[in-house]
Amino acid sequence: MISQEVRDQYKITIGIECHVQLKTRTKLFSAISNDAREAAPNTLVSHICFGLPGALPVLNEAAVHLAMRAAFALGTEPQKFSKFDRKHYFYPDLPKGYQITQFDQPIILNGLITIDVDGTKKRVGITRAHLEEDAGKSMHPAGKDYSLVDLNRAGTPLLEIVSEPEIHTPAEAKAYARELYLRMKYANVSDANLYYGNMRFDVNVSVSKTDALGTRTESKNINSFRAVEKVVEYEANRQIEELEKGNTIIQETRGWDDAKQRTFSQRSKEEAHDYRYFPDPDLPPVVLDETHIAQVKAEMPIMPDEWRDRLASMGLDNAQTNTLLDAEVEEEIYSYLPLIEGHLADKDFAKTLANWLVNIEIPFRRDSEAPKSLKDIERSELFTAVYRLAKAGKLSSTNAKALILDVLQESVLPEDIEKFATEKGYIQVSDEGEIAKIVAQVIVDNARAADDVRNGEMKAIGFLVGQVMKASKGKANPGLAQKLLKKQLGV
Amino acid sequence: MGVWQPIAEIAEKVQSGELKALELVEKSLGIITEKQDYQAVITTIENRAKARAQAIDEQVAKGQKVGQLAGVPFIAKDNFLVFGAETTAASNILKGFEAPYQATAIEKLEAEGAICIAKANLDAFAHGSSTENSDFMTTHNPHDTSRVPGGSSGGSAAAVVLEMAPFALGTDTGGSIRLPASFTGSVGYKPTYGLVSRSGVIAMASSTDVIGPLTMTVEDAAVVLDVMAGRDELDSTTIEREKSYLPVLSDIAGKKIGVVKEYMGEGIEPGVQQQVENAIQKLRATGVDVQEVSLPSLPLALAVYYIICPAEVSSNLSRYDGQRYGYSYTDAKDLEESFSKTRSIGFGKEAKRRIMLGTYVLSSGYYDAYYKRAQTVRTKLIHEFERAFSSVDFLLGPTAPTTAFKIGENIDDPLKMYLTDIMTVAANLVGAPAISIPVGLSDGLPVGLQLIAEQGHDAALLGFAKATEGVMR
Repeated sequence: MISQEVRDQYKITIGIECHVQLKTRTKLFSAISNDAREAAPNTLVSHICFGLPGALPVLNEAAVHLAMRAAFALGTEPQKFSKFDRKHYFYPDLPKGYQITQFDQPIILNGLITIDVDGTKKRVGITRAHLEEDAGKSMHPAGKDYSLVDLNRAGTPLLEIVSEPEIHTPAEAKAYARELYLRMKYANVSDANLYYGNMRFDVNVSVSKTDALGTRTESKNINSFRAVEKVVEYEANRQIEELEKGNTIIQETRGWDDAKQRTFSQRSKEEAHDYRYFPDPDLPPVVLDETHIAQVKAEMPIMPDEWRDRLASMGLDNAQTNTLLDAEVEEEIYSYLPLIEGHLADKDFAKTLANWLVNIEIPFRRDSEAPKSLKDIERSELFTAVYRLAKAGKLSSTNAKALILDVLQESVLPEDIEKFATEKGYIQVSDEGEIAKIVAQVIVDNARAADDVRNGEMKAIGFLVGQVMKASKGKANPGLAQKLLKKQLGV
Repeated sequence: MGVWQPIAEIAEKVQSGELKALELVEKSLGIITEKQDYQAVITTIENRAKARAQAIDEQVAKGQKVGQLAGVPFIAKDNFLVFGAETTAASNILKGFEAPYQATAIEKLEAEGAICIAKANLDAFAHGSSTENSDFMTTHNPHDTSRVPGGSSGGSAAAVVLEMAPFALGTDTGGSIRLPASFTGSVGYKPTYGLVSRSGVIAMASSTDVIGPLTMTVEDAAVVLDVMAGRDELDSTTIEREKSYLPVLSDIAGKKIGVVKEYMGEGIEPGVQQQVENAIQKLRATGVDVQEVSLPSLPLALAVYYIICPAEVSSNLSRYDGQRYGYSYTDAKDLEESFSKTRSIGFGKEAKRRIMLGTYVLSSGYYDAYYKRAQTVRTKLIHEFERAFSSVDFLLGPTAPTTAFKIGENIDDPLKMYLTDIMTVAANLVGAPAISIPVGLSDGLPVGLQLIAEQGHDAALLGFAKATEGVMR
């Protein structure tokens, strides 16, 4: 075993390449459905996907639009000029004998994102991100002397996002992967469904005792945040152990065995291809003008790092913030952050709303079987009405919560929320005369407590307020009740 | 007058019912059979052609409107994907391949009623200047059967001269339409790059490939181009068309032409030089302003072409790997062997030569020295052409340095074969429209005159070429 002291002498350096499947309706270069999840093999294939003689690629404008959004989501702007290149190698699932990708002039360069590592902020540079087509899928049935190829996936648009080697711990690697996931979801660039391989991570790890980088290994096709973290942990330990034994690290591609929780060697870089990149003559360069770029920028929603700052300023702690940020992308039907975004002008309401979402609606959604039949606009109306009633002193915070839960449970927005609340008995009484009568009666009925207050034992006033609430069946405004108690007791 | 009237007249007569489309198709097929010894055609499309002809005749009989090329038979070079017959590009690797979709050019011609009756021979994958690189047969020159018809669209050119059909389609990557036109005494038109969709045409070098007609007159070439030209959503490199390509016979007096200095003189056969100079004299006599123009980088064009073209060829031919269609080596022990045996056996010598050249110039460490430099010179050439066109309307020179050579004469000397393209490649590299029209004979063999115009000026070029054709007759 290597001691922690020895381990600490090494600095781990991590760079992550992430393939994101873009949520376009059709493929990157052909008008064929991009949704291969349930399709029978080789049914989503045109002459272009099949690489027939004479077939020419035609760029999907929607993919460019999503890449432009991704650029803003990665903290930069799309490049005004980018182009497509051919990358050559032979494989049965690569129909043309080359993959169309972007080599030296990608659509995204020099991004920068802030990630959250257990409450600590860290900035990670994005070297580049480029558009490319996916290959088909090869299957090798066990015990058979043949392989099968499914070209449904061939031509699916991918965005490959390459980070700077600025990540240094397993936790940072995991946080980076999660951050990319959130951003691609918020920007609506990808379904980012990890189960379906919509996001795949290639994790490059090296260790070194000096400032010079060590030899790196690349663990490919990792499809969970947890596995990204584990790969880094395993690889860093493995490499340190190798170096401590006096061995060298071989630059190679490795895979991740999730069952055994370890990486394994796949192939060494010595066998690396010469891909013979050159500009694809079938595709004119992508030229974006400033007006177009500005339009896309104006459509962009707020990204996670800005939300973190905003939610913190609204008094949410890190865990609450993460609850909200995660719920936003896990929830298929409802959105949370846009609801807050729609009311940012009213700071107090936005803050109340954030708290209600985190403390009331999100837990309710997680635990409840209630149908999700309220529209976003109805939810906005509900929260606004409840906030107004609370502000006007007509709802206690407890009753506000109860009212929200009732409406969510029934999944129908009442036509008149105040009427609904009144019928449910949630509206509190703020009529001074009426409460004054109850207060007088409570003082009579609780003479000892009343005396305690008169004698300066202010703790007892809480008890009396409780009695007023009880006597009013919860409808009295507790603030008003306290005020009137003090007045009548002369303190 | 040959057996075919001008294309527009044939179509008019079919439209009026005076001619039957089926009779035209049968006439074409009859001539093809009669002249099969020339080996201009790889395969005929008898059933589909006859069915289409009958449908057109029925439409006419019912008084329905038929297209502007109604009933006109034509022959497509065998690198066009066409229904009803195999599409092979004259290569063994595609033997047996039947197209599941058609080329846009074919679709457009069919939409106007033209009928494809046969597939013409070519150098396999359009690699060559003589059709001798066809994996199946060599086409004979109609003027002298011991000679080549030029290439790579040699089958198309010979077929038109042999009157098998009123027009044929070719592709021109470095001169493959104009050279055979010159060698066979036909008209070969190479449009501006991107004017005709390349979709469904087997790619040779994507950045210079164009599609064009081979005909006996400029007028016919224009009629065919007029149907094929225009943007196609299946080819991102296509451009907007001009309103019409039907040539307007303008007064050619006062037009300025530049005789390209680098195309005249050294290396040109005296007989060819003589014919071209005669043509210049005739043009001068009609009032054309003739001046000499120099394009200093022109001598580099062939070298640039033979870097860029094989680079793109090596990439475009990658898809022929035996995994999905075409020839596949079935006794392979592993994947590697399946790829290498399929390609070693399936491709001919010239395809392999170009794949190796192209792979070399694109390899890491050589890319900058070859491909990138070639593209730099190409840009320089584009600028020189732009400058030339600021002072003249058209450039002029011979289409080829020689007349048709003997079958077998250059086959073992690829460099000499490549030199045949020396006059034609520049127009491809700069994307300019160019035409070869016959201007006379040298020792009984046709000589072609090449006219080149600025990119996008196809209609003007066709108008001037038609006038020039008139002056020569």
